Amino acid sequence: MAVDFIVHEAGDSVGVVVVEGVKAGQNLTGWVMAEDQTITIKVLNDIPIGHKIALQDLATGDTVMKYRTDIGRVVAPIKKGAHLHVHNVKTKRW
Amino acid sequence: MTNKILGYRRENGRVGIRNHVVILPLDDLSNAACEAVANNIKGTLALPHPYGRLQFGEDLDLHFRTLIGAGSNPNVAAVVVIGIEPVWTNRVVEGIAKTGKPVAGFAIEKNGDLNTIAAASRKALEFVQFATELPRVPCDLKELWVSCKCGESDTTSGIASNPTVGNAFDKLYENGNTLLFGETTELTGGEHLVAARCVNDEVRAKFQASFDRYAALVEAHKTDDLCDSQPTKGNIEGGLTTIEEKALGNIQKIGRKCKVHGVLDKAEAPTGPGLWYMDSSSAAAEMVTLCAAAGFVAHFFPTGQGNIIGNPILPVIKLSANPRTVRTMSEHIDVDVSGILRREMNYDAAGDKLLERLIQTANGRVTAAEGLGHREFVFTRLYESA
Repeated sequence: MAVDFIVHEAGDSVGVVVVEGVKAGQNLTGWVMAEDQTITIKVLNDIPIGHKIALQDLATGDTVMKYRTDIGRVVAPIKKGAHLHVHNVKTKRW
Repeated sequence: MTNKILGYRRENGRVGIRNHVVILPLDDLSNAACEAVANNIKGTLALPHPYGRLQFGEDLDLHFRTLIGAGSNPNVAAVVVIGIEPVWTNRVVEGIAKTGKPVAGFAIEKNGDLNTIAAASRKALEFVQFATELPRVPCDLKELWVSCKCGESDTTSGIASNPTVGNAFDKLYENGNTLLFGETTELTGGEHLVAARCVNDEVRAKFQASFDRYAALVEAHKTDDLCDSQPTKGNIEGGLTTIEEKALGNIQKIGRKCKVHGVLDKAEAPTGPGLWYMDSSSAAAEMVTLCAAAGFVAHFFPTGQGNIIGNPILPVIKLSANPRTVRTMSEHIDVDVSGILRREMNYDAAGDKLLERLIQTANGRVTAAEGLGHREFVFTRLYESA
């Protein structure tokens, strides 16, 4: 079955949109690759292909997990279903 | 999958998949003469570059290692070296001659460009006729040295195209091939995962020292958090947010089974089969040039947003999983693995597809980058000239 977004592993904070033209308000279907599970979520923003959707609410200072590994820190609050990118997440390195 | 390819067996026993006659400048001043020779004699390939004057110390060593390594690469049948003066020119000639392949040097001082071009052209014609007499012969797939480096990555790289390389690398590793990855800064955030894959503590310590040295270099020169450089603007456009996220995608290229057998300096050749790590820049043309200079004969290059790089002597096999990239930049993509995102293809099938393309490329199929004339030959510099 085709999916709208892909999650690397259960427990990750984010999924990756893998189709073009995702619009705010759509209900999206996601595939959790490692566990081969299907999940659904309502998207709050337009999200370009390749960009990430938050799978849970995140507060400033929280750690974002992808590949079940730390990929950075939240610098502005993020709602479940929102676009998560450089405007609300920064590296912990450098 | 067949385990045989048709390649060129060189004098030193190594197997190449291309048969170039290279016209190699020692220095920037000799580019014009090299290009003139390549224009005179069809079937030759000039490799112009901007360096080679007043370099010193380790930076000069790297310059020689890059030139000698490129000339020694098994994809090269014979080499004409042209330099401004004879001493350093002969150093390159002698380095390449250790492979046993035909090589000749010409110096411009006391001759001028025109006499040099005439003499070098006569030798180049001889070398082209030598090279075109060489037949392709059956060789084992495991004799191919295969390198990898990704570029203009996006999130689809980590989901699909990099794991495809990882799957192919796992299969080649078990087959006994010699494999390479590098890109030191692009391991930042996943360096512990690479350390865990090192074959023993000695290799692990050497890897960690390479990583720490590069991290200190970034720390010493940075003016911000590198959010304008690493990830690149293309990475960010493609959805990658931080260096950690980029690194975790990047590391998918080393598969799940490969162990890291050793750590190489830039343009240094490995000494046995297995997966090797080269301490290198993450800039595509620099890294791929270092792979060529280390003796690798085929390269896997996964891209997300569509990096278009090629190399003059190392065929670059490009793959992408981003459906927009394979649609809008199809002429640059050798292997389309976007089916993974649609769940129409798994990693195993994608890895096999890439290996099939490797074998076709080894047998002579022209890659997208070769057909489009991408010949990026870019040297890594360590510091300013004297």
